[in-house]
Amino acid sequence: MTTTQPVAEGLFTWPPTGSAPLRLIGSECTACGLVSFPASPDCVRCASTESKERLLSDRGTLWTYTTQNFRPPSPPYDGPRAFEPYSVGYVELPELLVEARLTEPDPEKLRIGQHMLLTLVPYTVRDDGTEVVTFAFAPAEDPAESEQETP
Amino acid sequence: MTEAVVIGVGLHPFGRFPGKPALDMGADAVRLALADAGVDWPQVQGGYIGSYEVANPDAIVGRLGLTGIPLRGVFNGCATAGTAVALAARAIETGEHDLTIAIGLDKHPRGAFAADPSVAGIPSWYGQTGLFLTTHFFGMKINRYMHDHGISHETLARVASKNFRNAAGNEKAWRRTPLSPEEILASPVLNHPLRQFMYCGPNEGAAALVLCRADQAHKYTATPVRIRATALRSRRLGAFEVQSPSFPVGEPVASPTVDASREAYERAGIGPEDVDVAQLQDTDAGSEIIHMAENGLCKDGEQERLVAEGATEIGGRLPVNTDGGLLGNGEPIGASGLRQIHEIVLQLRGAAGSRQIPGTPRVGYTHLYGAPGASAVTILST
Ligand SMILES: [Zn+2]
Repeated sequence: MTTTQPVAEGLFTWPPTGSAPLRLIGSECTACGLVSFPASPDCVRCASTESKERLLSDRGTLWTYTTQNFRPPSPPYDGPRAFEPYSVGYVELPELLVEARLTEPDPEKLRIGQHMLLTLVPYTVRDDGTEVVTFAFAPAEDPAESEQETP
Repeated sequence: MTEAVVIGVGLHPFGRFPGKPALDMGADAVRLALADAGVDWPQVQGGYIGSYEVANPDAIVGRLGLTGIPLRGVFNGCATAGTAVALAARAIETGEHDLTIAIGLDKHPRGAFAADPSVAGIPSWYGQTGLFLTTHFFGMKINRYMHDHGISHETLARVASKNFRNAAGNEKAWRRTPLSPEEILASPVLNHPLRQFMYCGPNEGAAALVLCRADQAHKYTATPVRIRATALRSRRLGAFEVQSPSFPVGEPVASPTVDASREAYERAGIGPEDVDVAQLQDTDAGSEIIHMAENGLCKDGEQERLVAEGATEIGGRLPVNTDGGLLGNGEPIGASGLRQIHEIVLQLRGAAGSRQIPGTPRVGYTHLYGAPGASAVTILST
């Protein structure tokens, strides 16, 4: 049986459940309200060191993207030896723009402005068989359009 | 305030030099700069030296002469040389010294820079999952810029082709084989839309400048080059910058290049319309295009027409990266910006040989940009 682990604690809700669905875990400055991701005790706007947890929205639009067509240097990269190109991008959430891996590796199938939905991807498997997951964004339907289609 | 002028420049070729230590390349560059200035090492009163790979670049005094002068090490990533020249000039402007030196040297191993994200204050998962690559930023920035401002893939290829062609005429450059835009567009994509022959690579080399008080320059040279302004700026909140796991939504904030550029123009009392020749950070072909606008040399989107018209060629009205830039020379980080100033000094002296731009250029401009979102600009004139 394979076990699954998040790449880091405190990065996204784990494990995602019906009552605690998948969200990225950011922070909000208690003094000025600036939202940070990953969560940070330090505010880069007002220099306060007081913050509280803030879960981020799971939907946004693709602001820009690129591809990774060669295996990054290891360390720090700990993905599989057999390299499959992947893509990365910035997704504009209501709170801030987040850099993430994208589930669609083909740049021809990505478009600036398209709707994206948060998900998890198994990006590597450890020697003991443990699957390691990280957050990613997947192309999604425009929520406004899908509402219109609903009779 | 006393003005600082460049009276001597020295450049060790950029490339790969197996078995030759970085300090030896630096010593060669210094000796060339001293000879160019007609100065002996014991006359140098102080200086600044930058390197990424050499922990103690100030150990170069062991090659040059143990005269006891203050030689201070500096480092600001790709903007390192901007700091070295700024401080060497400042030491003259403030009256601390009459004659100073700025030195840069590096010897990088092959391949992309590999480091743990913790060196940039970023958690480990960012590197483990394959996000900690500066090249992602360059691909993403030009992808968005092409979308917003109508820049074509062909224009990216023309910029790279120009820089390799300029490098072919520069015996100290690294990549001296001309490549056509078609050959560049046929090379493999590394980070969409950027291809293999659109990127510069880290390599090896050294450069040095000798500076003195403007009122003493006549003792050394008939063609001093004035340092009109230096500026270094770091990123502000809201700017889209390299190695940022996130950034705020809202009105876009200008990059540190824009901030450094504006400050330098203001200090120099010189406007972008006065610039006769520019050396801009071309980490990749897209960077040169973006940096033309960020340094005020054109409006966003005008690059498509300017590049097609040949405006940035050696014979054009705004020559950019006449010595081949980073694409043609590679990037030994500590030395890269001094290589840019070396080229500007040759151009303003009318001594750039087959690369010499026509007319009587009076104003030259150099620009650096790199992690973690820092930019340095130097404006020089006759
Ligand atoms: Zn705050």
